[in-house]
Parts: sequence; C-alpha cells; structure tokens
Amino acid sequence: MSAPASARPVAGKGPRLDVDALLDDPSTAIIVCTGSGGVGKTTTAAALAVRAAERGRRAVVLTIDPARRLAQAMGLSELDNVPRPVAGVDTAAGGSLDAMMLDMKRTFDELVDTAAPPDKAAQIRANPFYEAMSSSFSGTQEYMAMEKLSQLRAQAADGERPWDLIVVDTPPSRSALDFLDAPQRLSSFLDGRFIRVLMAPAKAGGKAYLKVFSAAVGGVAGVMDRLLGAQVLHDVQTFVAALDTIFGGFRARAERTYRMLQAPGTAFVVVAAPDPDALREASYFVERLEREGMPLAGLVLNRVHASVIDDLNVERSLAAAEQLEEDAASPLTVGLLRLHADRMKRRDGEQQLAVRMRAAHPDVPVAEIPVRAEDVHDLEGLRAVGADLGG
Amino acid sequence: MAAHDSDWEGVRLHVVTGKGGTGKTTVAAALALALAGGGRRTLLVEVEGRQGIARLFDVPPLPYEERKVAVGPGGGDLLALAVEPRAALMEYLDIFYRLGRAGRVLDKMGAVDFATTIAPGLRDVLLTGKVYEAVRRNERGRPVYDAVVLDAPPTGRIAKFLNVNTEVAGIAKVGPVRNQAESIMKVLRSPASVVHLVTLLEEMPVQETVDGVAELRAAGLPVGGIVVNQVRDGVLPATALTAAGRGRLDGAEVRAGLVAGGLVRTADADGPRAGRLVDGLLAEAGEHAARVALQRRERTELDALDRPVYELPFIPEGVDLGGLYGLAERMCAQGLA
Repeated sequence: MSAPASARPVAGKGPRLDVDALLDDPSTAIIVCTGSGGVGKTTTAAALAVRAAERGRRAVVLTIDPARRLAQAMGLSELDNVPRPVAGVDTAAGGSLDAMMLDMKRTFDELVDTAAPPDKAAQIRANPFYEAMSSSFSGTQEYMAMEKLSQLRAQAADGERPWDLIVVDTPPSRSALDFLDAPQRLSSFLDGRFIRVLMAPAKAGGKAYLKVFSAAVGGVAGVMDRLLGAQVLHDVQTFVAALDTIFGGFRARAERTYRMLQAPGTAFVVVAAPDPDALREASYFVERLEREGMPLAGLVLNRVHASVIDDLNVERSLAAAEQLEEDAASPLTVGLLRLHADRMKRRDGEQQLAVRMRAAHPDVPVAEIPVRAEDVHDLEGLRAVGADLGG
Repeated sequence: MAAHDSDWEGVRLHVVTGKGGTGKTTVAAALALALAGGGRRTLLVEVEGRQGIARLFDVPPLPYEERKVAVGPGGGDLLALAVEPRAALMEYLDIFYRLGRAGRVLDKMGAVDFATTIAPGLRDVLLTGKVYEAVRRNERGRPVYDAVVLDAPPTGRIAKFLNVNTEVAGIAKVGPVRNQAESIMKVLRSPASVVHLVTLLEEMPVQETVDGVAELRAAGLPVGGIVVNQVRDGVLPATALTAAGRGRLDGAEVRAGLVAGGLVRTADADGPRAGRLVDGLLAEAGEHAARVALQRRERTELDALDRPVYELPFIPEGVDLGGLYGLAERMCAQGLA
C-alpha cells in the first residue's frame, strides 16, 4: 500500500535519482546497494532487479541475507550458491531475472579450490584456522560478496550466462564502509609484517635472516605456545604457508574487483532509513565513495512517512481534534486526525534530517520509498517498491 | 526504583543484544542507568568500537578505561567502558605474563592484529574476558559493581560471540586461553547472567529474535527478557481500528467531523478538498490498521518464546540523556530493572 504519487517528497528540494533511467541505461552493468544494517538494502536490491528485468534487462541479483519469506518468494531456498531463475517475473519486455543468496563459506571453499592445487586446497581446508577464518573473520562476508560479484561478472562477460545487469546487496555490517574496507583488510592482513616474521624461518632457511628475527620470533613463539598450547603455532604456520601459495591470487583478485567497482558501468546506490544514525552512516559512505572515485548513482531513502494530505499539518490537525473533543463530536474523526498528526510529525522530523543531508551533499540525487503497512515478501511487493522508486 | 521489584534479582551480568536498527545500544544504556539507581554502582560496556555510549551520554569518546558517565536515578554511579581487543590483549598479557615491553613489541609487529584476525574466537575471548573480569572484580570483599551491562554484538552473532568456549576449542586445546574461556563460560551459563534481546514489532527483527533465542538455548546460555522497543501508543479507538482494517470507516462522519473541527467550511463540505482530506485520512487509517495487525502477529510470535516481554515507547525526538532516564523508569516499572 503506497502513498499515491501526489505526496510531496519528504527529501525536499534537490536532484532526484531517476531510477528508471539508471535501469534502462544499457551501460549500467552493476548496481551495488549499500548502507548500514537494517535499512532495507536487500529489499531495495531485489526491487531494483525485478523492475530492471520487467523493463527488459537480463538481470541477476545477488542477495546476502534476505528475510525468509522473501527468499522463498524468489525461489532462493536452494542453497547451491549459483543463480536460479525467479519464477513469475514478467518477461514480455525481453528481460529475465535470476537470483541467488550468498553462501559465504562455500564461496570461500570454492575460491581455495580454484586457487590452489588439490592437495594444497585440502590441506588449507582441514586447518582449524581456516574454519575460523572462513566462517567468522569479520570481513569475510564482504570479501566473498565481492568475489561472487566478480564471478558473476566474468560469467556474463564470457557469454556463459545472458546477464547484462548485476544487482548486488551488501552484507548487513554495522558500517557501510566495512564493505569497501574488507578486501583491503584481508590482503593487508596476508601481507602483514607479522606474517612475514612468523614465516621467516621456514622461508629463508638462511641463518642471517633468522638471526635478525630470532629474538622476536622466539619471543612470539614462546608467548603463543604458552597462551594457546604448542600445537597452535604449528597450525598457524602451516595455514599461513598454505595460504601464502595462493595469496598472490587473493590479492590480485581483490584489486581487480576494486577496479571493477571504480569503472564506469558500476553504480552505487546508498540506502538509508530516515533516522539520524542511518543518515550519518550514509553521509560517511557518500563521502568515502567520492574519495575513492567510486561511481555513486544516488541515495535511496527507505521507509519515509509521506502523506497525500501533507497540506494538513500537525498543528491544524491537533487543533481540530481538540475542538472536536471539546464539543464531544465524532471520536472517529478525532482519532484519524491524531493519527495523521503523528504521521506528519514523523514526516517533518524526517524532512529535517533529509534537508540537512541534502545541504551536506547537494549534488547527490535522492529517491524515496514510502513506508509500507506490511513487510515486503513477494514479487508483487517488490514491484510496488520498484514503482515507488521509478515513479 | 526499589531493587526488589526486578524480575532479574540476583543477576549481575545483563547482556543486551538485538538486530541492527532496533536500538540495542539505547536499551543497554537505559538498563544500565536503571540498574545504577538507588545508590548502586553499575558498569556499561561496549565492545564493537562504535563509541555509541559516548554519543548517547554526550561525553567525549571513551578510552579503554572505566569512566563515570551519569548518575543513576535517586543517586548511584553509572560507569562506562569501551573494550577494544588490542588493549584487552595487552592488558591480559601484562597481568598474566608481565609482558609489558615485550607485549608492545609484539603489538608493533602486528601480532595482535594477526592473532585477533586469524582467530576471531580469540578476540571474543578477550572482549568477554574483560567483561568477566569486571563482573568478578572485588574490593574489600564485595563486588565493585552491583551490575554489569554489556552492549553486545547483534542477535545474528550473539550465540557465537558468547559461546567462546566452543569458538576457541578448535584452536586452543590447552593453555591459559582455553582455561580463561572455560571460566568465562561458567559465569555466562550461571544464574548470575542473562541475555536480553531487543526487537521491534517487525518481521525481520522478530525473526532474528526467534532464531537468536533458539541459538542461545542450544548453546546453554540463559535467555533473559524480550524488549520490544519503539512501541507507539494507539490513537484510534478499537472499533475504529477494526473498521479501518476492513475498509469500513464512515467517510460521511469524517467529512462532517472535518467541518465541525473547523478544517473545512460548511459550504465546502462536498467540495474536492474535503473529499481529498477524507480519502487521505481513511487511507492512512487503513495503513495504520494493517500495521497494527502485523504487529499483533509479530507479538504473538514473541509471546510464544515464553519469556517476559517488556515494552518501551517510541521517542519521536530521538533519545538523549533525558530520554534515557525516561526509558530507565519504564524498565523499573515493568520489572526489567
């Protein structure tokens, strides 16, 4: 149930994000939906993908953590880490839609399998540190999302799959920036000084090298042994040695993905809820994208409280409600007016926030999605969100 | 503000989790404030490096040091601490190994980053270890803190975060880290600890809450209360709500009401503006009714968890220190604190 188009935008004056133009532009190849946790990134990504497909794009959407009912509606219950066609999408305009849900662990496993010879891969996967890192290293999910994106991109480029548009959702991290920082973090971790020191004896074999670091390494090894038990250092060394052999590959991939994100054809859509925290986070992210030369398409304000009768403001609604109460007339109208006043209060607050955001980033186009009475959990709901975005 | 009214008598460690966007930090802060009332002394801890506490209490960013941030209702001390894994590890090494300088050398070499990156479980042991230490700290034979409130990682990660024992088991089979993890688990699983879950009456947060409770139970961790945050008061009479849900509100009555309330002139009662206002108000009521119905369904799911449910009001102007006291009062009144 969306507010009819006659509601004035909550985001006030300023450039509007023309979503349909973005979707219809054949040079738009990748749309990345990002924002802090809980703002509706997944829904926005899915809605953009459905709209694109029904407007003739051959789209694929990579979701990270969809609500269960939405996942079911999109046929995402199969956890095989490859895109599947979404049933029920209108293909009359010549488009199509595939969708998948990211399986982080599996993507990491596959990455190790492709990057290392079978015996090495098996060795890595059996190491206890691999288990810890592939399932819970903060940033693994972000890194794997990017890895999957570049796989999808490669499949599209090879003509293996028909996609001409990839829409990606990003992991529900507390900070939108995590997603840009994760690949860097992983590769700088693998390049870290400590790793080199730790690996030095194994690698150099030479006594001169060993001498320089022996004290440090000895100290480190001693502490680690005491803290964690003697087996641990050995596990770490084998794990890092094994990772090291494929890690050139890791870094090269991370850099390639990064360049792909900077390239024309990629469009970042920052999703935010109209609350102070989410908007502050969105602001950081917009600035960061600009600094990194990443192409920002615009900001989507999700769940705004628009009203088609926004000419009836808070004060007048409440004054009329009080008048009616005094006269003991129509409790129904009193209730409706108070309800409307509540809604307008929220709208006014959101508008204030949006105006502040606009002032800080006057060139960033904004689109908005009115708050819905119910959660979106089917194609019809996604279409409605898409219509709000495109409308 | 009497302590004996609390549903959680005897609990010393309150872990607060919730999905992103549900107001978990706000709830943790208000709970800590409530628990600092009546002359008690409470510590509020954050572990995610966000400085959310400093923002809420409007104080400069917290260092790795316990700082007084507020006075509890009716007198009492609320202290806050931002635990940071690196500092926690250095402190740990220092206390147990007197590694003062060697520790700093290790840190310079990136050992700490390395250790906490390659073994996230280790980081969690350090973070929960600091909380554990604060809970158990004694001075002159009595605990330094009457209660410790932990603003924990989100619901999706909470069971894993607290279940440090299992997390490090695969990595450290023996040694002090393993022992430390076991001592922490003992406290976390004891009746002196509970995990409260913050949610909104919306599909995703409720789903995560239900999943989180199941995971906590499976890990043998004590589930505390469910805190429904940002609850709005109903402004529609119940009969009107039902009618609105069915699209059967009386438009003619509203039209007359708008005239009686002075919003529409009598002469314009049948005009287009009156019609637009009536349609708009009815549509908004319909949306409201649908949302209320959805909230009721979500609430039923929460009730099925068989845990005490607490409600906190939505504060339209955002939560500042005054708002925190208000929330703390509601918590005391309902028995959460």
